[in-house]
Amino acid sequence: MANLVTTLSRYLMILLIAIYTYYNFRFFAVPSEAGRNRLCFLQEVCLFLLLALAGAVVWLQTDDERMILFFGAQALFFVLYLTLYRVFYHNASRLLLNNACMLLCTGFIMLARISGERALRQFVIAAAAAALTMVIPFVIDRTWQLAKIPWVYGLLGLLLLFVVCVAGSTSYGAQLSISVGGFAFQPSEFVKISFVFFVATMFYRSLDFKTVAVTTAVAAAHVIVLVASRDLGSALIFFLTYLLMLFVATANWFYLGAGLTCGAAAALIACRLFGHVQARVEAWQNPWNDIAGNGYQITQSLFAIGTGGWFGSGLYQGMPGKIPVVEKDFIFAAVSEEMGGVYALCLLLICLGCFMQFMLIATRMQALFYKLIAFGLGAVYFVQVFLNIGGVTKFIPSTGVTLPLVSYGGSSLLSTFILFGVIQGLYILKRNEEEAEHEEET
Amino acid sequence: MKKKHDADSRSRQNRNILRLTYGAAGLFVCMALYFGWFIQFESENVIGNSYNSRLDQFSDRIVRGPILSADGAVLAQTQTSEDGTERRSYPYDYLFVHSVGYSSDHGRTGLESLANFYLLSSHINLIEKTVNELRGVKSPGDQVVSTLNLKLQQTASEALGNYRGAVLAMEPDTGKILTMVSQPNFNANQVDERWEELTAKDNTKAQLLNRATQGLYPPGSTFKIVTALEYRKENPDSWQDFTFDCTGVYQNGEDTIRCYHGEAHGTQNLIQAFANSCNGAFAQIGLELDAARYRRLAEQLLFNAQLPYSMVYNRSSFAMGEEADDWERMQTAIGQGKTQMTPFHNLLLVSAIANGGTLMRPYLIDRVENVGGQTVKKFLPSAGGTLMTADDAGFLSHLLEQVVAIGTGSAFRGAPYAVAGKTGSAEFETGKETHSWFVGYAPVEDPKIAVCVLAEEAGSGGQVAAPIARAVFDAYFAMDPQ
Repeated sequence: MANLVTTLSRYLMILLIAIYTYYNFRFFAVPSEAGRNRLCFLQEVCLFLLLALAGAVVWLQTDDERMILFFGAQALFFVLYLTLYRVFYHNASRLLLNNACMLLCTGFIMLARISGERALRQFVIAAAAAALTMVIPFVIDRTWQLAKIPWVYGLLGLLLLFVVCVAGSTSYGAQLSISVGGFAFQPSEFVKISFVFFVATMFYRSLDFKTVAVTTAVAAAHVIVLVASRDLGSALIFFLTYLLMLFVATANWFYLGAGLTCGAAAALIACRLFGHVQARVEAWQNPWNDIAGNGYQITQSLFAIGTGGWFGSGLYQGMPGKIPVVEKDFIFAAVSEEMGGVYALCLLLICLGCFMQFMLIATRMQALFYKLIAFGLGAVYFVQVFLNIGGVTKFIPSTGVTLPLVSYGGSSLLSTFILFGVIQGLYILKRNEEEAEHEEET
Repeated sequence: MKKKHDADSRSRQNRNILRLTYGAAGLFVCMALYFGWFIQFESENVIGNSYNSRLDQFSDRIVRGPILSADGAVLAQTQTSEDGTERRSYPYDYLFVHSVGYSSDHGRTGLESLANFYLLSSHINLIEKTVNELRGVKSPGDQVVSTLNLKLQQTASEALGNYRGAVLAMEPDTGKILTMVSQPNFNANQVDERWEELTAKDNTKAQLLNRATQGLYPPGSTFKIVTALEYRKENPDSWQDFTFDCTGVYQNGEDTIRCYHGEAHGTQNLIQAFANSCNGAFAQIGLELDAARYRRLAEQLLFNAQLPYSMVYNRSSFAMGEEADDWERMQTAIGQGKTQMTPFHNLLLVSAIANGGTLMRPYLIDRVENVGGQTVKKFLPSAGGTLMTADDAGFLSHLLEQVVAIGTGSAFRGAPYAVAGKTGSAEFETGKETHSWFVGYAPVEDPKIAVCVLAEEAGSGGQVAAPIARAVFDAYFAMDPQ
């Protein structure tokens, strides 16, 4: 019986997320406000149905009544979050809110299946982060001073990274986290955001050569400290984000070309120089040579994705636990294995939808400061999603970064909430402005 | 003025943002396509890997499907007893243990391993599957139809008799493997009971070893195929002028090379020397050859190389380098010395010659069917590489035909079909009988079947291995009158 429910609900869940994803893109072709609101409402219906189905499967398979409570709490959280956000900010982007909730929801389901304890922890952190970051749009709307303190962002960020590099605890060969009051805390997740603010404030001041040179030097310092911590994924995110922001701000193709050339050269040198980089590249080129060693993680991930196929094995029917760190970096493989390749593709498209929204907001912002922040955060998000999913599917070498909002991990979760909050803030700022203009005209 | 400038740079920035957005979206689309391609096409090759423990879970819902021979006999099946326990049984006990393999508590081998995923997938219709699911009944797994032929396999095994060794047959123009016998073998139904005995240190029989694909033997005179080809390549215009006066013993300084049983062949040209397997002539050729080119040719013919084959095998090795002394050069040229070869590789080599130089990828699964006999997946022949030019292949087939016409291949004279082939008697230890080799194909004009026989310590190739091959050819043409 439980198996049949699992089998049927997996097709239904795929159908629901497919409809959801379709609306995500259909949204842009609908001109009227009312039509858009209707689409978003339907998306929310999909979200809650999906959550209910998954809750039923998890309950049947674990035979644990507390799971009903847990999924009920999730539903309550999503209702509250979606409603309160729109009560406080009537101009909030509903689509972006929905997307954040859908990604979170997928993460909750998968984590509940892998480890109930971790799912609960993730849920508590998500709820706290959601509550905390709800003030961000308010702050952005009121505090113009944010654009005036580049050195606070720059030096604070560097300092944090430096502390991790020197005193951080090591996991999987990289220094990633420091322990504060019993909580392992991963500063690079937050420095990503402060870094974008730093670059935006600097370029907002001036785009003359001197400012560009100074900014580049500080950016390079960030990247070098990260490389020294062996946190290659983050180093790559910082590097690409800076390069793209520089290019957009200056519209100078030379910077982009020179930056990419230097980056490629640095990557080649790193590959020669560092054993751990080389190991990653080899594991990517031919993981089958060393299935039991270096290639273990990626081959297990491919087994998971391949065995699951397009429609997945159904929750609890696969073996996601075979993949090392599945709940963090490799959650995409677990989703693909049990919820299906189609579901995973929809997840990819939802991430793409988020990114495109960020970019759309960036183009609509007038002030360079806001424009660069929206663009920079969008770039961070894009590079991170690309590195994660690309690494899991063996499209590119694996770099060990999380999938925002889906992967397990408090720092990643909170920083992504901040990121989405800032973007919401910019969107709301813009909408409020437009509304004011509209009222003046009439 | 400032305002206009701002508006300009804003629109330029927005244009660049859009460009980057399109670029990024393009990257995502590439990644999505790659992901889809992997699931649709590549995953099948990946998930059968023995490191993928996920497949074991499938057996909770599916009864492992049977494996059939090409002529419809059941070679492996799962029997479920009253109390629901399942047992994998092999009706032909010993016969297919190195090809179909076994699925036991001690792992899986052969087709049981290669086709694991298919055997544990069920393509019955969805309604039936759902009903089974509801009733808590397992669905029947798909059946794998192999290319192996029961009749030929039985013939080959009987013909090899009590000898240790291997008999292989395949279709040179498709790559279908018809027969794969390795002896000594063991009863596939008793793997678990006899595991300790099979793996015991003092067990010298090595039954678990598939001699056909893993056994490395000196190729003996069958290696003269490679030597003759190299000689012609180095002497494209003058190889026809080659002559050698054989007295049964060839003396080079202190080194002595003898023909089989010291037989004196008299004056020999290249074709005669090959047909009579004259060791003296080939030892002299060995001294003349360019070691580097010789090695390159051997490697082109898949020595020291991977074979286009997805099951367990060992690589053949050709060890002679440019620093080799005269003795090693002479030994290598007649297939002794350090050169080692699997019977399977020898079969592939002669198949490529039969097929005009192109090696067809050898395969053992013809198709996968659901329990109702509808084909789910069909495997088609595909080329596995070009080993030599059609001209080279033509030259070698002429030599191989002459072996039967005038040389050591007398076992095939008078057969109702024309055979081309090469015998070999490989010395491996002083004082012991030679390993007996035969490789060849038939019919000469349009090769349908290639055969390789290796019988350990059995004597001369012409007297032991060739008659075994003849039995296989006879059985093949008796049932397939083309």
